Amino acid sequence: MKKSFKKVISLGLVLSLMLLMLAGCGKKVEEGVFVIGGSGPLTGGAASYGISVKQGAEIAIEEINEAGGVKVGKEIYQLKLKFEDDEAEKDKAVTAYNSLMDSGVNAIMGNVTSGSTAAIIDLTKEDGILQLTPSGSAQELTKHDNAFRLCFTDPFQGVEMANYAVNESKYMTAGIIYDNSDDYSTGVMESFVNQFEANGGTVVAKESFVGDDVDFTTQLTSIKDKSPDVIFVPSYYQEAAYITTQAAELGMNIPFLGSDGWDGVLAQIVDAADLEGAIFLSPFLASDTAEETVSFVKKYNDKYKAIPDQFAADGYDSVYVIKAAMEKAGTIKNADLIKAMTEISIKGLTGDISFSANGEPNKGAKFIVIENGEYKVK
Amino acid sequence: MTNVIEQLINGLRTGSIYALIALGYTMVYGIAKMINFAHGDIIMVGAYLLYVFIDIFKLPIILSVVLTIVMCSLIGVFIEKVAYKPLRKAAPLSVLITAIGVSFFLQNASLLIFSANPIKFESIIKVNAVHIGNVSIAGITIVTFIVTSIAMVLLTSFIKYTKTGYAMRAVSEDKGAAQLMGINVNRTISITFAIGSLLAAIAGILFLSQYQSLKPTMGALPGIKAFVAAVLGGIGSIPGAMLGGLALGVIESISKAYISSQLSDAIVFSVLILVLLVKPTGLLGKNFIEKV
Amino acid sequence: MKKENTNKNISKKVTNKKNIVSLVLIIAVYILLAVLVENKILNRQFRSMIVPIGANIMLAVSLNLVTGFLGELSLGHAGFMAIGAFTGAVFTLNSNLPGLLEFILAILIGGIVAGLFGFLIGVPVLRLKGDYLAIVTLGFGEIIRSIINSINFPSGLDPEGVRIMRKGTMGLTGIEIYSNYTWIYIATVITIIVIVNIVNSRFGRIMCSIRDNDIASESIGINVSKYKVITFVIAAFFAGVAGVIYAHNFAIMMPTEFDYNRSINILVFVVLGGMGSIRGSIIAAILLTVLPEFLRETSQYRMLIYSILLIGMMIFNNSDLKHKLIKKKA
Repeated sequence: MKKSFKKVISLGLVLSLMLLMLAGCGKKVEEGVFVIGGSGPLTGGAASYGISVKQGAEIAIEEINEAGGVKVGKEIYQLKLKFEDDEAEKDKAVTAYNSLMDSGVNAIMGNVTSGSTAAIIDLTKEDGILQLTPSGSAQELTKHDNAFRLCFTDPFQGVEMANYAVNESKYMTAGIIYDNSDDYSTGVMESFVNQFEANGGTVVAKESFVGDDVDFTTQLTSIKDKSPDVIFVPSYYQEAAYITTQAAELGMNIPFLGSDGWDGVLAQIVDAADLEGAIFLSPFLASDTAEETVSFVKKYNDKYKAIPDQFAADGYDSVYVIKAAMEKAGTIKNADLIKAMTEISIKGLTGDISFSANGEPNKGAKFIVIENGEYKVK
Repeated sequence: MTNVIEQLINGLRTGSIYALIALGYTMVYGIAKMINFAHGDIIMVGAYLLYVFIDIFKLPIILSVVLTIVMCSLIGVFIEKVAYKPLRKAAPLSVLITAIGVSFFLQNASLLIFSANPIKFESIIKVNAVHIGNVSIAGITIVTFIVTSIAMVLLTSFIKYTKTGYAMRAVSEDKGAAQLMGINVNRTISITFAIGSLLAAIAGILFLSQYQSLKPTMGALPGIKAFVAAVLGGIGSIPGAMLGGLALGVIESISKAYISSQLSDAIVFSVLILVLLVKPTGLLGKNFIEKV
Repeated sequence: MKKENTNKNISKKVTNKKNIVSLVLIIAVYILLAVLVENKILNRQFRSMIVPIGANIMLAVSLNLVTGFLGELSLGHAGFMAIGAFTGAVFTLNSNLPGLLEFILAILIGGIVAGLFGFLIGVPVLRLKGDYLAIVTLGFGEIIRSIINSINFPSGLDPEGVRIMRKGTMGLTGIEIYSNYTWIYIATVITIIVIVNIVNSRFGRIMCSIRDNDIASESIGINVSKYKVITFVIAAFFAGVAGVIYAHNFAIMMPTEFDYNRSINILVFVVLGGMGSIRGSIIAAILLTVLPEFLRETSQYRMLIYSILLIGMMIFNNSDLKHKLIKKKA
């Protein structure tokens, strides 16, 4: 009995200690500061996307604060970014979101990856807070009326590429290599196949791989045998680099089509000739000569010693979208901000952006072609 | 038919890399009796070292290769001294978890140093492809295959005919008895790790030359695949590692090409389970009867 | 006959003294938890961690049965969890039963299907041991994930009443959120009680005898194969249940969540908590789930610190220092 008593006491002590620790973290709301809560992978395999979005957003916030902040009605707000690491995992995403809400953020810019975003959409709806995902591309992310998206959806990309393949390039047979363990790659692949076949084309080979694979010669050899007009590879730039290099090693010269994940592929490839003629879709191009882009790329490079990618541009534009919504709404109440979203339009790095009521952006896609080792807008 | 041969060669291409990595795995396992889960990450370390020497310090290739191999061996011995030696008498599972810890450590340390972004690297091995009829074999594949075969032969003779090799076999049989016979067990195990890491460094160099890209997690998947290969061939058996590696590469390639590229991982592991069910110690593993 | 009698006497004694204290403790902890959650004393960040913590405890305790008590290394525990999670979620997505009943059925179905797979993987266990078994269980986990990726799952009806088929890779979405602190608490407590009782029963002693020496056990007439398979089935069942509850805590579930890193994490709970120590597994599961949240501020260095802690703890656990400290205390 004595021993158990001791146990109860020690358990009680531990629990009260924990309580003390937790009770300490209360809300601290600063006057005149509008806090944007962001969340994305800063560590782990997908870290580069989260880091890019965060850095892009930081540049935008610096610009806005330097220019005097955001005028909302009669008040002036300074912007502040609180960015949490979700490791692209959903349980981390939920705790990250809750910790942001604990600290009292005013809007959510997140998440960066589709899976993490999907994990919190019901929660943001419940809290009624404005949510804008810079780069979550899965279809269902905007199903609630408080949720908006800055980038293209997966199906949109697949459809655009299939239309391009058939209408512009007259490709009638296609081989596909996609990542069977990745929802983005699989999602784009499925809509591409549907649209391509609807346009009268034939998919002659559909090969898959699993994330982290580095050798694609088997899939390429199978495709080579069917000699299609084009090979469509919805993937991130790393796999795109492996696949195009290995295709060249196998002596294949079938043209490649890619998805927006290809952005950055040139930096990954040893011999740019392997990529000659490849076409992919992207909303942002760092080598663009437009004034805003040049200035953004310079600031980004000065601050982070890197060339911004599409994710950085998404983060940058997201902050400006939220700023526009604040100005339009005239208050920082959640409901007003959400209502204002469909009434704004801004000129961003990723195109002219406005939003439909279903939360999707209205903006055009750019087709990028790789010529002489450089990206060119088609 | 050409297609089948091409796919077999594709299998050989990945298989000879697996085999090379599996040699290190099986060697450490055979003598130290531990699954060195961090073996794949030593490959990553080797690849990054080579990159640093060549692309950052701009050293000549031969010197860089030698430095990489030497540094990797030293790192391997260091890891053994710090992380595994204190656990020599602990349960195998504790050692396994420690090895997993080491693997996490290496990955995250290189993540901090080099960031998660992949880095491209131009192959240091420039051998032309060999054409036989319609079929061509990439130069790097031939080099890897030859290096792996030489490593296998050297390793086997080393263990069979040198004094250190005798000591290794003795330690493998019975650490206590070996010590009583005057063998320095700690030193022998250190040498084992040095050789294991040396093999990992070579594998890293060839892997990097074949795929021309680096990232902190690059060693994880080949590490697991090589572990599978080592078990398939019979873990602890050096020719088994070679056989297992090549077999794994070919099985992977054939199942991707002719069965289903989606299910190829499932097929590979099913084959492994089937082989183990028929021959519980792998293809070339020694059968032993356990006595009480 | 005589032996059984003594057993009964022992267990009776246990019921009388210890169990009442345990019962009081269980209820007290629940009341505390309820007060903390309902009055929002716990902040949102930590409230949202209750279900993952509970699920991790269930996984750790059930794996401990296989690894700590039976002495077999399993690197595929996340595979059983995945089976439970996917069968459970597919069931609730496609059935039209009232919430509570649906969830209870899902838990049972998820657990049972995972248990069936436990039987399937348990059979090769009979022939393999040690590192060979480890690689087979790892392979099993990968096979499960690979298959889940390639199957189309029925996942409810769309607004027009047509059944949606979703490719496994795309994960399942729109899962009803049934899990809350009460459910996970009940499930965790039941898991712990059942497993503690198994461990303290004749069956538990048989497991330990197999772990310590399977040939000797066989020679005294223990059917080693049978007990190994049963242990695997029990562990798989609870992992499946944990999977179902975990799945119904979030609206979305992806197959990538159940990769071998997760299996390894569960194994880390078990080994760090101490093999064969249920209490250790519970503490390790709680600490290692909460720890990363405290290390949030140092996000970059978090995993590095974690890995150093892991190595350090393993070395400390096996060091002379620890034995000395224990001696001193005694």
